[in-house]
Amino acid sequence: MGTGNFETTIGLEVHVEMQTNSKLLSPSPVHYGDEPNENTNVIDFGYPGVLPVANKGALEYGMRVALALHATVSPFIRWDRKNYFYPDNPKAYQTTQSQTPIGTNGYLDVTLEDGTVKRVRIKEMHVEEDAGKNTHGSDGYSYVDLNRQGTPLIEIVSEPDIASPEEAYAYLEQLRQAVLFTGVSEAKMQEGQMRADVNISIRPYGSDTFGTKVEMKNINSFNYVRNALIFEEKRQAEVLRAGGEIRQETRRYDEPTKSTILMRVKEGADDYRYFPEPDLSPVVIDQTWIDEVAASLPKSAGDRRNHYVNDLGIEPYDAEVLTQTLAMANFYDDTIAAGADPKRAANYLIGDVNAYMNKHQVELQDTELTPEHLAGMVKLIEDGTISTKQAKQVFEAIMTGEEPETFAKAHGLVQLSDPDVLLAWITEVLDNNPQSIEDFKGGKDRATGYLIGQLMKMSKGQANPSVLNKLLLAELNKR
Amino acid sequence: MAETTITRDEVAHVAGLAKLAFNDAELDQFTTQLSDILNIFDTLSEVGTDNVDPTYSVTETVNHLRDDVADNWGQKQELLDNAPLAAAGLIKVPAILDGEGE
Amino acid sequence: MTFNYFEHDLASLHNQLVNREITATELTEATIDNIANTDEQLQAFISTNPDEALAQAKLIDEKGNFDNVLTGIPVGLKDNLATKGIQTTGASHILEGFKPIYNATVVEKLSNSGAVSVGKTNMDEFAMGGSTETSYYKKTTNAWDHSKVPGGSSGGSASAVAGGQVPFALGSDTGGSIRQPAAFNGIVGMKPTYGRVSRWGLFAMASSLDQIGPFTRTVKDNATVLSAIAGFDAHDSTASQREVPDFSAKLTGDVKGLKIAVPKEYFGEGIDPKVAKQVKAAIAQLEALGATVDEVSLPHTKYGVAAYYIIMSSEASSNLQRYDGVRYGFRADDVKNLEDLYVKTRSEGFGDEVKRRIMLGTFSLSAGAYDAFFKKAAKIRTLLIEDFNKVFEKYDVIVGPTAPTVAYGLGEEVDDPTAMYLADVLTIPVNLAGLPGLSVNAGFVDGLPVGLQIIGKPFDEETVYQTGYAYEQASHLFDQHPDIAKKY
Ligand SMILES: [Mg+2]
Ligand SMILES: [Zn+2]
Repeated sequence: MGTGNFETTIGLEVHVEMQTNSKLLSPSPVHYGDEPNENTNVIDFGYPGVLPVANKGALEYGMRVALALHATVSPFIRWDRKNYFYPDNPKAYQTTQSQTPIGTNGYLDVTLEDGTVKRVRIKEMHVEEDAGKNTHGSDGYSYVDLNRQGTPLIEIVSEPDIASPEEAYAYLEQLRQAVLFTGVSEAKMQEGQMRADVNISIRPYGSDTFGTKVEMKNINSFNYVRNALIFEEKRQAEVLRAGGEIRQETRRYDEPTKSTILMRVKEGADDYRYFPEPDLSPVVIDQTWIDEVAASLPKSAGDRRNHYVNDLGIEPYDAEVLTQTLAMANFYDDTIAAGADPKRAANYLIGDVNAYMNKHQVELQDTELTPEHLAGMVKLIEDGTISTKQAKQVFEAIMTGEEPETFAKAHGLVQLSDPDVLLAWITEVLDNNPQSIEDFKGGKDRATGYLIGQLMKMSKGQANPSVLNKLLLAELNKR
Repeated sequence: MAETTITRDEVAHVAGLAKLAFNDAELDQFTTQLSDILNIFDTLSEVGTDNVDPTYSVTETVNHLRDDVADNWGQKQELLDNAPLAAAGLIKVPAILDGEGE
Repeated sequence: MTFNYFEHDLASLHNQLVNREITATELTEATIDNIANTDEQLQAFISTNPDEALAQAKLIDEKGNFDNVLTGIPVGLKDNLATKGIQTTGASHILEGFKPIYNATVVEKLSNSGAVSVGKTNMDEFAMGGSTETSYYKKTTNAWDHSKVPGGSSGGSASAVAGGQVPFALGSDTGGSIRQPAAFNGIVGMKPTYGRVSRWGLFAMASSLDQIGPFTRTVKDNATVLSAIAGFDAHDSTASQREVPDFSAKLTGDVKGLKIAVPKEYFGEGIDPKVAKQVKAAIAQLEALGATVDEVSLPHTKYGVAAYYIIMSSEASSNLQRYDGVRYGFRADDVKNLEDLYVKTRSEGFGDEVKRRIMLGTFSLSAGAYDAFFKKAAKIRTLLIEDFNKVFEKYDVIVGPTAPTVAYGLGEEVDDPTAMYLADVLTIPVNLAGLPGLSVNAGFVDGLPVGLQIIGKPFDEETVYQTGYAYEQASHLFDQHPDIAKKY
């Protein structure tokens, strides 16, 4: 890996917004897309005299992520202040956990393109508050919306274990999925719910000291991260080959040119003057509490995939698709629990349901489909009540909330499988077609096809073909 | 006893962090005053504290937490009314220059 | 029509209201007149709110329910307590004209008790100072001698009570800001245990040290007011969840068998010998009442000031960063960009003492200084707490002077920050340890009051009041009034 004679070291700090009901330190609602400053109060505005009170739900979400990433949950948390001035940071300090992070010493096993698994160690994760949003007008003013201010974040800090832009990409994708399956966030990139701070340095192979780090902040696309790292790897190598020196600087990724642009050169470390937050009571987390949160933690995507492939006989690729989102995986599990055949249910979710979601641009949870209805339809197919062709209409119906069996009956979509009815027709058709019986006895396969055709006509297409076929053969052999 | 001294440049650096501006005379005055105060602070180094845990708060309360229930206090308009400048529901500030702050 | 509060304690006022000898409206009007009559001398109030006060008093009279001991009784509030719709400045230019849109918990509690807030009292800017001279707005004078400082930072509240303008007032105490002005003005001031009173709505100076407490002329009144403002608050996660006891439970006048510790360090270098003598006489009086008195040692006392100034200024530097001209308060004109806005607003909006402490605190937290200063101070704080714990294993209360001197002349010390900082040496350790501390008048030196400080175990305000009350009843010093009393 790396570039020529250099070895690359990448560290990632990922921020994920946690979808709690209320903010980390104030009861204002957490809700995306509302009118500016709609979800703010005196606490969010950093009024003189206000005090924060921490959100228990946000802490528990943080514990979930820590547990999902195999980290040690801190038994004692004292919040810290990180001081800096900015209009989207009303108190001029961010409440975070620098000295006592919610989780430490975790890891994520990342499956790389060639199938090998690389363990990326996670140094720590903090629960902290998000900033508001500044927009820059062309009128010489900037505008501040504090709706997002105080939204709980989980910051996940990797060790510098990542050795290439591709690994970084794989790590981010799989980290996103891991977080997704804790149920704390949908981690929607386009809504800025997941952002990455990236640092990268290169050093000659065999060197035992790291090179100087270059930092890029708040990138909200995995592709951009990869592109930025590819560019930086090359840029830094060229600088070093030309005998130059890498400066400690902050750069920004520019998508149109797929390059990184210098923002500022850092002189020494930033001085955020971290210190313990005296306005918040400390938090003591005992094993009972950890166990409770662990019990509420949804099963991971990996565990579910293993179960699907090994126990349910699902193809690995299909298992992958089913675990793309927590909503889909949960839906699938619920559908199986409602008695559906695993393979058929999987096929419907991956095929028709996904197609429906794409066509209507909706999320699974926004449709009228329920696991019970999907399972109901699959069962009707399995027991021959409806044909797969008939199922097309039933599917349309269950997507609009109809109960499958009721719908199928009401619309005459039920296959005839009753042997008594079918036998009566078979007897009639055979009695009227002695020649066909002769042909059958003579070994002509076509004969059965003709007879089936007659029978289907008689049943107006509603006879269950496989039952019909079985009964017909039995009758023919009797004659 | 190591004596902490503070230079005029350091005072200027600290002023930058605190977003305060001082003229030359003020800077000189602050340098002297802060140096005097730091001399008092230096007496702390007489006390051995290797095995002493720091106390950051004397609150006896732990786990005073809020359940995750949203409650909009409906203060938006009053908040914006108090802002020196606001428009379209947003707080208005002079242009943020690239690279400022975070 | 003024009202002479020197002749009435809260219980007496309450009785008159209950018996309809006076109405809440009359009392409020009289209080407004009191202030109009004497504030030229005292300069105790930054602002008054007669309209709101009279409207509230009228409602109280209409309701006619005087079950609560504070109903209908006027109060002055330090101008760092948020009052909804009423200007609250922290005595700073940066909050000139600022009207909070919410009430501090103590304001809410007093209001629910029916107390009538008549105005906002002067203080050192953001409570930073010991003489109320750093206020942007005015210089308050000592009720006993208008050429002297009232102490600080709650100088306005102390002067207003001692000068007879109001029957009681609230202040805040971070390093002595209630007890020292109470001492300088010869009245009773209590800094409760950290966590006893909610800080919601108190404009923070140093969050781990700040507490709100009452100024009154008598110990019993003080206990009454503390009962009204104390207690758990969901808004303050450092507030104690303990039940609030009856703070007047032990006001019997009896201190027989009470074990009193007197730290030798509290009579050390820098203490005016005349003050020391007066305080020792007060202690002797407690002994004569049957308490046992022993000298003890609080060996880390001399490091308290340095530790305090580091912790206080560090927390304050962070707490005061929110004053940036963006969301409320003063915003400087003619700014080119955001950075300019920040720097100009803060440089023009803050006074020198505030800037000095912000600088000190910012430095103490900065990368190279954190371990040697902030963290070191936090460790010294532990040692100071251990000193107190050791003494409290054997003793019920600790007593000593509240301040090393009596009130000094206006303008005398304000330019010498190191001297002013050292003046807090006797009150600071109490804040660092979060203990309750009371100052009661212990007599006079050269016509100026001397304070006796009584320090208790955490959440044992009862015994502190018990001690103060016994002394007060024995000494009857509250019979002595400043000259300004003649104006009512
Ligand atoms: Mg962080
Ligand atoms: Zn962060």
